[in-house]
Amino acid sequence: MSNRAIELVDVNKWFGTFHVLKDINLTVGTGEKVVICGPSGSGKSTIVRCINRLEEHQKGVIKLDGVELTNDPKSIALIQGEVGMVFQQFNLFPHLSVLDNLTLGPMKSRGLTRVEATEKARHYLDRVRIPDQADKRPAQLSGGQQQRVAIARSLCMEPKILLFDEPTSALDPEMISEVLDVMVELAQDGMTMVVVTHEMGFARKVADKMVFMDKGEIVEQSSTEDFFGNPRTDRCRTFLSQILRH
Amino acid sequence: MKKTILSLSALFLLAGCSSSGAWGWYVINPTTNTGWINIKFLISGMGDTILISVIAAAISIILGLVVALPGHSAKRGWRIVNRVYVEFIRSIPLLPMLFWVFYGLPLIFKSMGLNIPIDPFWGAIITLAISDSAFTAEIYRSGIQSISKGQSEAAQTIGLSYMQTMQYVILPQAVRRILPPLVNQFIYIVKMSAFASVIGMQELTRRANELVVTEYRPLEIYSLLIVEYLILVLIISAGVRWLERRMGSDEHA
Repeated sequence: MSNRAIELVDVNKWFGTFHVLKDINLTVGTGEKVVICGPSGSGKSTIVRCINRLEEHQKGVIKLDGVELTNDPKSIALIQGEVGMVFQQFNLFPHLSVLDNLTLGPMKSRGLTRVEATEKARHYLDRVRIPDQADKRPAQLSGGQQQRVAIARSLCMEPKILLFDEPTSALDPEMISEVLDVMVELAQDGMTMVVVTHEMGFARKVADKMVFMDKGEIVEQSSTEDFFGNPRTDRCRTFLSQILRH
Repeated sequence: MKKTILSLSALFLLAGCSSSGAWGWYVINPTTNTGWINIKFLISGMGDTILISVIAAAISIILGLVVALPGHSAKRGWRIVNRVYVEFIRSIPLLPMLFWVFYGLPLIFKSMGLNIPIDPFWGAIITLAISDSAFTAEIYRSGIQSISKGQSEAAQTIGLSYMQTMQYVILPQAVRRILPPLVNQFIYIVKMSAFASVIGMQELTRRANELVVTEYRPLEIYSLLIVEYLILVLIISAGVRWLERRMGSDEHA
């Protein structure tokens, strides 16, 4: 874990005059799993979106494998080579079949042939346990299946780091576990993961480190054991008691 | 639709038969020799009207896309190029632009040492295409904007460049929403092609003007002219409706 896959140093970001991220310091080691939780609007998603530069931060430094993120094309290529992302709303391409959703990136940005890309796509569809839906359109699948296709789409790019932005928040309750199961398996295989989620069961099972955010700040950052067993701040205790009540 | 046409023609006929003397349909009466020759003369402009409109529309569709794409760029400079083009072209009335292209542009070419004559045919096409491209660009823009931002973000996370994102992700989805208004815009071109008559293009309106000069029957001849445009536009509208039905039906397939 000594290797630093992701490093955020004093990162600040504003949306207009709204200060979304305040002095964020966070380090994620290679192979480490970090779960970020907190009330909505606390800046969780924004952190994740800054790591793959869907959003730009205005102050501070974000490094991937020791290389600072800038608007330099090299930096963008580094992100696209190393970081995959799974969205809350899946964001599958509705006009393409499941298979074409998976092969598009490898073919167009990695230069794989259709045969190579298809082979890879089938491999990862197997892995997320939907091998027989390859020719369907995303709209013909259930939400849980769609999210697993989205995970497979990211995996086809063979990222070193996978970011998850509330991957189960748009799902019906009965479909949440099929997505979480796939994520647990990925975690066990040693993927570096940053997951924004409210699924505390999942967090307990896979997270090495927990991050609790509120109002744009990291309020608490500790090992999973300490976080659940002995939360240090009141805000964190209150939050945990609220989401763990049921 | 049929009813409208029938009642319209009935109205004209009635007016023609009345003894008020305002109408003199003999000038385009197909049963007489001169009437038939006149009708053939008027309709013979149809080919050029259609040709000018189709070529201008084709150019405008491509040019509009070229203008629209920088409008969605992350770089401000590109977006400014798009805005300046659209606002500038959109604000020029068609007729002055036509004069400028037909009478002015050759002088610019000449001063550059180029000998490129601009005949009425291409003068009309260039003007219509450029003038229309500002509007097609805006149609593309709204179509592209209607695709959720998540789509281009997802494309970005699987390593697609801006142009690849447009080509493989955004435009294939936007085209369903773009195509009907784009064909609608074609109606505008067909109607505006009448302006080509003032630089001597032998299209529908020019033919009508010429016949009016020799026959002195503007009421009948311009009536027929309007019917000619009406028929053209009705055919295109039917095409748009057919397209909308087709596009709408497999939205979720």
